[in-house]
Amino acid sequence: MAYVAVKGGERAIDNAHAWLAEERRGDVAVPELGIDQISGQLGRAVDRAMGEGSLYDRDLAALAIKQAQGDLIEAAFLLRAYRTTLPRFAHSLPVETAGMTVKRRISAVFKDLPGGQLLGPTYDYTHRLLDFTLTAAGAAPPAVPEQVATDAAGEMPRVHDILGHEGLMEADLPSDSVPGDLTREPLSFPAPRDVRLQALARGDEGFLLALGYSTQRGWGGTHPFAGEIRAGAVSVEIEPAELGFAIDIGDIELTECQMVNQFKGSKIVPPQFTRGYGLVFGASERKAMSMALVDRAMRAEELGEDVVAPAQNVEFVLYHSDNIEATGFVEHLKLPHYVDFQSELETVRRMRAEVEAGTQPAEAAE
Amino acid sequence: MSARMQGYNFAYLDEQTKRMIRRALLKAVAIPGHQVPFGSREMPLPYGWGTGGIQVTASVLGANDVLKVIDQGADDTTNAVSIRRFFARTAGVATTTHTDAATVIQTRHRIPEKQLREDQIIVYQVPQPEPLFRLEPSRAETRRMHGLSDYGLMHVKLYEDIARFGQVSISYDYPVMVNHRYLMSPSPIPSFDNPKMHMMPALQLFGAGREKRIYAIPPYTDVRSLDFDDHPFRATRAPHACGLCGATDSYLDEVVTDDRGGRLFVCSDTDHCTERRETGCVGAEGVPEAAE
Repeated sequence: MAYVAVKGGERAIDNAHAWLAEERRGDVAVPELGIDQISGQLGRAVDRAMGEGSLYDRDLAALAIKQAQGDLIEAAFLLRAYRTTLPRFAHSLPVETAGMTVKRRISAVFKDLPGGQLLGPTYDYTHRLLDFTLTAAGAAPPAVPEQVATDAAGEMPRVHDILGHEGLMEADLPSDSVPGDLTREPLSFPAPRDVRLQALARGDEGFLLALGYSTQRGWGGTHPFAGEIRAGAVSVEIEPAELGFAIDIGDIELTECQMVNQFKGSKIVPPQFTRGYGLVFGASERKAMSMALVDRAMRAEELGEDVVAPAQNVEFVLYHSDNIEATGFVEHLKLPHYVDFQSELETVRRMRAEVEAGTQPAEAAE
Repeated sequence: MSARMQGYNFAYLDEQTKRMIRRALLKAVAIPGHQVPFGSREMPLPYGWGTGGIQVTASVLGANDVLKVIDQGADDTTNAVSIRRFFARTAGVATTTHTDAATVIQTRHRIPEKQLREDQIIVYQVPQPEPLFRLEPSRAETRRMHGLSDYGLMHVKLYEDIARFGQVSISYDYPVMVNHRYLMSPSPIPSFDNPKMHMMPALQLFGAGREKRIYAIPPYTDVRSLDFDDHPFRATRAPHACGLCGATDSYLDEVVTDDRGGRLFVCSDTDHCTERRETGCVGAEGVPEAAE
């Protein structure tokens, strides 16, 4: 019997995978999706898979999305599983977002500022009316006015630096310590901010969105303003030890969100604005903003605020933000649990028998 | 403005939905400052962009209305432009930037400087209708507190502010008491605008889409900002004159002009500022109107 069960399982899995491949391909009379089509036309999906997959590679992310039939957590999982096999030959220097080639840059706190407000390619002010012209392929979209590109060329100091000149913004001093790495070292508490930010950057957009939202509804409020959101390309540099100077190895697209948060001050710190920070791959602005809200909420203890809400509880947030971990553990419940369940069955039956026989008071069975 | 979009009802919402919202509005007007739950709909603009205000506006708008939409006091901010276009497109109504000329004004975060009239309606976009939410996150609990007029928590908050900082630290969304009965969020307008709500001749309607609440202040209603006898409410503004029109009594925006501390203060109410400049007022950094 055991032999049959094992062979049956193997055959079942093979059949399931064949069926899955067939379902993934869909109607063969319809042309197959190209990786270039996914990376070129489903850019926001690619961005999310790269961010939560912690791997910046548009083509691999597009492949993962295709393979996962558009299930983005599954795609991120594929990328994570690939990423973990890669050798690490260098660390980048910190990227300089002040020098970003900006596609979009907005501030909600100043009507105008050096470098200006640049809306960029955003859904923000679209009306959510289905555009049925998109069902018919063919027509090229209107060209972007040339003015847009030149507008973006000017200097764009970060809003937090502007506030910093006046001393209204808490200082953010560079640190010489080596940043932690969750992918190499297990999480431990108290978790420093660099590790928390790494966890948030890899974290599930939906989870962070809900937590960020909860802070706005009174569960650990942080009085946020979107000081600045900028998106665009930054260059990545590494400094090989044998060279002794930095070399540019390419550009990546990032979205950065700096929240400005009210802070009433404490016995040692005068009232000033504090920071919440979000940085994600690609154009995942919703996640960058959520991340900044949650980052600030998790600084409650450091700033002497009461830790009362889920978003302020570092342990709660960090242990539950990773969707690859979460989906694994939630979905593992469909794996066989025959043995454990069997022991449960036995226990419940025994307890019931004892209650019915009146040999044990009910509470003693607890 | 007659190029109305086909395939949708006048002002987007169907008539049954509008009727439901109007009933909520009537109840809200009858009980000033009381939050009336309503069946907020999914709108083609995101929550937080003013879906509550848009639904209220859609429900009160008629074909002969003239609509003004402002965000942060200005008609030309992106969100105001977007909402104004939405109604021009779905209702085909006339739109204006002039406070005088409007019959319905939808606003986010400001009340126009010019006094509104009896024949006007101002619709506020409200992100968080519950004035007590920072003190008590449970809506079940705050509902009970409103029922019992139990607002001690807010008075204690103000008292603690005064004890710690010597003043109330709330600068916008400053809570008001409406008609001596309900504590109400004025929406995130600067406290500078609070006194304009008191005895306003125009009807004031408030819509919170995501939180699914409507409330209202009928014309000529008593609206008091919470305070204490020995610490009376003070409306604050930047201590400057408008750089463009020279106004010293309007609410000002701070515009950063360089990264070395340069600032320009200008009226947040762009229509007010433009009108002043057209009548010859010039601020320190403005240019006479003829030169533009």
